[in-house]
Amino acid sequence: MSGQMNIVTASLLSKNFGDLQAVDRVSFDIKQGECFGFLGPNGAGKTTVMRTIHCFIPPSSGTVTVFGMDVTASPSEIKARIGVMPQDNNLDPDFTVLENLIVYARYFDIKKKEASRKASELLKFVELTEKADVNIKALSGGMQRRLVLARSLMNNPELLILDEPTTGLDPHSRRSVWDSLNQLKFNGTTLILTTHYMEEAEKLCDRVAIMSSGKIITIDTPQNLMQMHGGNLEHVYLKLAGRGLDA
Amino acid sequence: MFSIKRASKVWQRNLKVFTKLYKSSIALNFVEPVLYLFAMGIGLGAFIQEIKGMPYINYIAPGMIASSSMFAAAYECTYGTFVKMTFQKTFDAILATPVNADDLIAGELMWGATKSMLYGTIIIIVISLFGLVDSAVILFALPVLFISGLLFGEISMICAAVVPGIETFNYYYTLFMTPMFLFSGIFFPIDSLPAVATKIAFFTPLYHLVNICRAFSAGRPLTVWEDLLWLTVVTAILSPYPFRLMRKRLVR
Repeated sequence: MSGQMNIVTASLLSKNFGDLQAVDRVSFDIKQGECFGFLGPNGAGKTTVMRTIHCFIPPSSGTVTVFGMDVTASPSEIKARIGVMPQDNNLDPDFTVLENLIVYARYFDIKKKEASRKASELLKFVELTEKADVNIKALSGGMQRRLVLARSLMNNPELLILDEPTTGLDPHSRRSVWDSLNQLKFNGTTLILTTHYMEEAEKLCDRVAIMSSGKIITIDTPQNLMQMHGGNLEHVYLKLAGRGLDA
Repeated sequence: MFSIKRASKVWQRNLKVFTKLYKSSIALNFVEPVLYLFAMGIGLGAFIQEIKGMPYINYIAPGMIASSSMFAAAYECTYGTFVKMTFQKTFDAILATPVNADDLIAGELMWGATKSMLYGTIIIIVISLFGLVDSAVILFALPVLFISGLLFGEISMICAAVVPGIETFNYYYTLFMTPMFLFSGIFFPIDSLPAVATKIAFFTPLYHLVNICRAFSAGRPLTVWEDLLWLTVVTAILSPYPFRLMRKRLVR
């Protein structure tokens, strides 16, 4: 991995919401072209870390740089080069599938013609071409998820941030999202994701950070972790982060 | 500070939603003032000879321009903004793009002002068709409606930024908007009330907007420069607050 550029660098990042310390002095580097996963129980701080990376919330202390720029200093410039697939499907309910993509492209200052071209390319990519003119209320959960993925790719992002990309999906839809993500990875897009599915992390991630109570317990490749601790990634995860669950 | 260019993308999104849904949303805001006009103007007006030399229905008609445009901005920047911020999570989606919180808030306020102007214009057309406007000077009210729309938007968005839940807007409407609607000189001259009411009215934006609409409608634009100044100055003074408070809510 040496020699590759760092896309994201966090050093001693902390975030507190009032009295709640959501993230506690975490440091990590994410390299160009890798798929990096944040694993951990609910409330471990995964989403908060992701949200500081895509300039949604400022760090309470410590620094986060993305593409070499500070998240608090150049949010627009950073966000122009990032795609975000949030945990909730926040599609525009008043728009059709295609309109959702076209309106979103406008925020990135993408010209109408280019936006239409890109939208039809992406609808094909997520297999929603026939649904282009359907209102999003008529889509299944899996289709909505795929549309959110397509939307996050409208600006040709160099870095894609995926917060629980396949939560709530049936096995077929999940596989279809995995295929799409693998293809993006193959094309050189850097991916950062959170997930509760260890199978997903094992399949997609080059490295994972296991988080608990706002801290990063370890960062390593899934292979190394499994070798070190024995068993599959789920065993490792439960051993490192799951303590107290059965209490 | 916001970028006009990025704010306009938010404005364009709202316009697109509006053009898809305008049938239901325009009807609501235009039927109500017309109902007031007829119920009060013709029904109650039958018992009232004249107010300040005008038939009663002519007296209240310009007030309908003001109140309709006020409620348009208020609904947009309370319920409209709150739904996009919470239930629909539209703001989360927009903030993941180069659009920042300040751009988003500016776009929402600009849209609220646009809608305010649009709804005021519809009432101008309607009351003109009924022959209730005396002067074409009323057209100069359009830019004024945009400014007052910004002001009503600012106040409403300050409210949207601080309410814990959507039902809390009831307080805003019952304790602030409705009294303002009733006691801003739309239905009767405010100086017929005890002196203290006149003093209170001076501090409400609707009172000044009603004065302006009535004067413009009668072709006397120069008599209301103080009201124009009041609206402009207060709009400017309040402008930092929706940004500050919404930022606090959006970017924690």
